[in-house]
Amino acid sequence: MHHTIEVRDLQFTYPDGRAALRGVSFYIAPGEKVALVGPNGAGKSTLMLHLNGILRDRGEVRVCGTLVEEHTLGEIRSSVGLVFQDPDDQLFSPTVFDDVAFGPLYMGLPEADVRARVQRALEAVELRGYSDRVCHHLSGGEKKRVAIATVLSMDPEILVLDEPTAGLDPRARRSLIHLLHDLPQTMLVSTHDIPMVAELFERTVVIDEGEIVYDGSTQSLMTNRDLLAQHGLEAP
Amino acid sequence: MHYHLTDLYRLQPSFLHRLDPRVKLLAAFGYILAVSLTPEGTWWAFAFFFLLLLLATFLTRLGIFFTIRRSFIVLPFVLAALAVPFTSPGQVIWRIPGLNWGVSEPGLIRFLSILARSWLAVQAAILLTAVTQFQDLLWALGSLRFPRVLVSTIGFMYRYLFVLADEATRMMRARASRSARVPGSRRRSLLWQGKAAGAMVGSLFLRAIERSERVYAAMLSRGYDGQMRSLTHFHMRAKDWISLVTVGLLLIVPLSVDWMV
Repeated sequence: MHHTIEVRDLQFTYPDGRAALRGVSFYIAPGEKVALVGPNGAGKSTLMLHLNGILRDRGEVRVCGTLVEEHTLGEIRSSVGLVFQDPDDQLFSPTVFDDVAFGPLYMGLPEADVRARVQRALEAVELRGYSDRVCHHLSGGEKKRVAIATVLSMDPEILVLDEPTAGLDPRARRSLIHLLHDLPQTMLVSTHDIPMVAELFERTVVIDEGEIVYDGSTQSLMTNRDLLAQHGLEAP
Repeated sequence: MHYHLTDLYRLQPSFLHRLDPRVKLLAAFGYILAVSLTPEGTWWAFAFFFLLLLLATFLTRLGIFFTIRRSFIVLPFVLAALAVPFTSPGQVIWRIPGLNWGVSEPGLIRFLSILARSWLAVQAAILLTAVTQFQDLLWALGSLRFPRVLVSTIGFMYRYLFVLADEATRMMRARASRSARVPGSRRRSLLWQGKAAGAMVGSLFLRAIERSERVYAAMLSRGYDGQMRSLTHFHMRAKDWISLVTVGLLLIVPLSVDWMV
């Protein structure tokens, strides 16, 4: 397996005719961690939903070398862990255990394996002993961590996260940044948190109005004040 | 702010709390069935069922009056049967002074029996939810071959009820914050207020639909294929079987007494 993401000339039009993506292409190498930034409505979330085939339109998406098609969806979805922005969307089960077990259960694993994976995933996000907690009663930071655990339990090669630090207090944000730093997976993270981008990601992709307007080193992006201002971004 | 109001489960390490949820579900269901099938006016049988309930409540260590205190919330529903004593034919034993409405004896017996049945049934349900966690109850329903779609619908309802309630509270706060009034201006009409409330309900509905789409996408992302699956969380032990059989036998006591006499 080579844990790559290849997107070639991806286009997507909303049912009302509005273009959300106008020919997006990029390549992410195995183990690389890339930030995806851009103003609201630029197409970040839409792009992310294409990476595991929830949305499909024109263009080509290859994940781990496999083309996203109807018959490869199962395989694709077990190799790409997609973490949604609002943990209340991601955590739909009554308890933390049920939610983290959901993915492995649908992979058809035997019961002992499912339990072991839940254990491991909760340990990875430092929430040992949270199994029986009710999702609704968790704090924002805890919900984010559980949301990440729900995809880690599927042992994905690639993690795709939509605004992971949105709505977190500084301490929860800090521990989330450490978590993202320590996770070994190939990563694409959409965010408005520019300080985090500068700290964590060597490479940044800027998207605006459905097009990629910058793809390169974070460092040189941060010094390019004109480009940042043009797309409504601020240097840290 | 979060809603905790429907979390009825009380943590208490008691015998009933530790029983297999399937046993508790079947026992409560059997109890409600038995109470509903008890003929009108068999007061000794109602008293027997009430004693059973008190015994079960005693075992939970929640306090003997736990279910009684909580049962008053459903009393208004009994009002639906309030017409029964007046409409049933039979010997009139009392008339409302001034209105001349007669209360018949069979009508009164029927009314009191309905009261007893519903009161006991509600207490059984209250006890069940107090000693069983909601997710265990769902699991028990599923493993007793209750339709999976229904079980997961109940589960989603329970999960998102709080989220929606929080959302509604936030919307109401936002409206209250903007409901300023210039001194001397006329108060808005009730119709106008009704329209504003209607618009809020509508937008809450739209938000719920949008959320359901996102939740579904999250489910698909983790391999959901339209089939609900779950793990076994409980195994029937000796004491679960014994409890189940004991409850079953106790519930048929009134029937067999009636048969022997």
